Amino acid sequence: MSDEEKKEGAKDDLEPDATSGSQRSNDLSEELTAANDAERGESRLSAAEAGTESAVLETGANTDTSDPIDLERESRSGSTAESGVEHREADQETAEARAARAATKAATEGGAASPPAPADPEREAKLAAAAEAPAARAAAKAAAEGEAAGPPAPADPEREAKLAVAAEARAARAAAKAAAEGGTPSAASGSAEQPPAATSPRQPELDGLVALIRDAAGPDAIESATLNELNGDLPTIIVQSDHLTAAANALKSAPQTRFTYLRNVSGVDYETHLEVVYHLVSLTTGRDAAIKVKADREQPQIPSVTPIWATANWNEREIYDLLGIHFTGHPDLRRIMMPDDWEGHPLRKDYAPLDPEV
Amino acid sequence: MIRTEELLLNVGPQHPSTHGVFRIIVKLDGEVITEATPVMGYLHRGTEKLAEELTYTQIIPYTDRMDYVSAMTNNYVLCHAVETMMGLAVPERAEFLRLIVMELQRVASHLVWWGTYLLDIGAMSPFLYAFRDRETIVNLFNELSGARLTYNYMRVGGVKWDATDAWLDKVRDFLPYMEKKLVEYDHLVSGNEIFLARIRGVGRYDAETAIDYGLSGANLRCTGVDWDLRRTKPYSLYERFEFDVPVGRTGDCHDRYLIRLEEIRQSLRILRQALEQFPSGGETMGKVPRVIRPPAGEVYVAIESPRGEIGCHIVSKGKQEPYRLKFRRPSFVNLQILPKLLVGETMTNLITILGGIDIVVGEVDC
Repeated sequence: MSDEEKKEGAKDDLEPDATSGSQRSNDLSEELTAANDAERGESRLSAAEAGTESAVLETGANTDTSDPIDLERESRSGSTAESGVEHREADQETAEARAARAATKAATEGGAASPPAPADPEREAKLAAAAEAPAARAAAKAAAEGEAAGPPAPADPEREAKLAVAAEARAARAAAKAAAEGGTPSAASGSAEQPPAATSPRQPELDGLVALIRDAAGPDAIESATLNELNGDLPTIIVQSDHLTAAANALKSAPQTRFTYLRNVSGVDYETHLEVVYHLVSLTTGRDAAIKVKADREQPQIPSVTPIWATANWNEREIYDLLGIHFTGHPDLRRIMMPDDWEGHPLRKDYAPLDPEV
Repeated sequence: MIRTEELLLNVGPQHPSTHGVFRIIVKLDGEVITEATPVMGYLHRGTEKLAEELTYTQIIPYTDRMDYVSAMTNNYVLCHAVETMMGLAVPERAEFLRLIVMELQRVASHLVWWGTYLLDIGAMSPFLYAFRDRETIVNLFNELSGARLTYNYMRVGGVKWDATDAWLDKVRDFLPYMEKKLVEYDHLVSGNEIFLARIRGVGRYDAETAIDYGLSGANLRCTGVDWDLRRTKPYSLYERFEFDVPVGRTGDCHDRYLIRLEEIRQSLRILRQALEQFPSGGETMGKVPRVIRPPAGEVYVAIESPRGEIGCHIVSKGKQEPYRLKFRRPSFVNLQILPKLLVGETMTNLITILGGIDIVVGEVDC
């Protein structure tokens, strides 16, 4: 990557795409913020978790930016046990200030463009204050342990902390709502994300496939059936390898599926097990689906689908060659890419070449 | 009575008509092939294994080297797969540029096929004409990306280089030029009786066989199956343009020949519309995180390369590098039908049929 590109990327990081109405824009902005936070040594959690949680963590981030792990712990406990003794600092940070910050944060997370945090004068001031904070806190802590000899603690530190948290949560919620009503596209899509996630338009497709396979191959043929959200809710079904042939036959010939076209066969080494993925598509309806079969890593055996789809022939040979899966019933299971006398299966994760120089 | 004997003949891997280092062992009974066994792997570089230790941006140049006659579509399928996974939006200008280079690439790729196919069959001069015209496209790409074959042009979220107005004008000028040349090609070759005698009815198969063997591109459409991913599963901006998908009737080498020539015309048609609608300004890179880290999960994305369905199956564990990257290479899949087609054919038809499939060995072996 060239310098120019990096610069470009850095700029982009700070401006999550506000115009994008895509479903995942929220995830994206979270990831973008996560990248930023990691750079500043802040906790990733602050971005990865929405609403209240992030608002709380934000408080922590303001008081101590030195250690991301420590920060996480402090930010959680800080608002309960420690907030009492650091009330001097808390005095400065009124509930309004926190609410304002939480709102900014929520807006950022909602995907609206926001200036980079370090440029924020308010934040810079806090960073400066944070330098003093640990020392003050340490002293206060020591004092608290020494039978409350230090500055007088408020009546109920725990309660006060809870109130502060609650105020922040309210502010964050209000901000999110305002953003949504304001019509920020990504914020709106964020709130609209829930209904489709619950019932995808492709859910009936998946149910149909499950019913078909159960019908043809037996009730215990399916290990799991999910919709692959990353891939446009592609119906993905894990079939027990004993039932693969029956399931494949049904998928190919059943009038409602007609998966006559096997477009791709992939083998994956998951270290705990091996997996073969069949990507199917019907040339008449245009519908597609993925069927997966797992295999044991030591004695991997999967029935060949070459008798059903001729195109599987070389694909299975390639998987046998590179991953070492034996396809029972394959007409001509030989290596296809590597030389015939090659040892090992290169795409295995634990593959070690005989001669590392080669 | 004549005494006959089975003859084992080795063709390739060093043979001009195998388009690279492809080898096929044929058993001959006189002039007729009784068995054919393809042997491949001479160009296997382990791209999929190498990719597991590379970031997504670093993998892009490796895709150039798979189907080196059509590097742009290979670039695209990888970038498109990662973008699908991350839900990234590509700016309109970048998407237009991608589409323009992909369609130019389709034209260039079919020209290479046209020239070399006729060379295989025994016509020398079409090869020179095809490469002369393809050179125009290669020069355009060179101007745009700095490379003649391995462009490394696309990026996740956009393209690397913006096009100047002068470059777009050159593409605009190329369209009428190429259309005129296509007429010349037809006059020179398409109606030639010797040529027709060599390709008509040769390497014939029906739609059911083609689907069973997972053929794609012109190899599938020559049997009458109307399946072009640009139309059936639209990606990029193809939905915005009008174009026809030529399909054949007989499923022989002649149909495949006609389809590829027609696809050049349709690509020029798409290019003309794309240039008309080309946005006057805008970014060439979308909002992309500095570190490209697709979420854990998997995705299979396929597009229509000049040779058929090129697919990219990514399994991610949320890291910068793919956990597993598998390419569905159309040349590899399309080649499978060869042994079946060759039984009962003569040696001369071996060259005709192999050429008609249109393979690139860099993609067969990957």
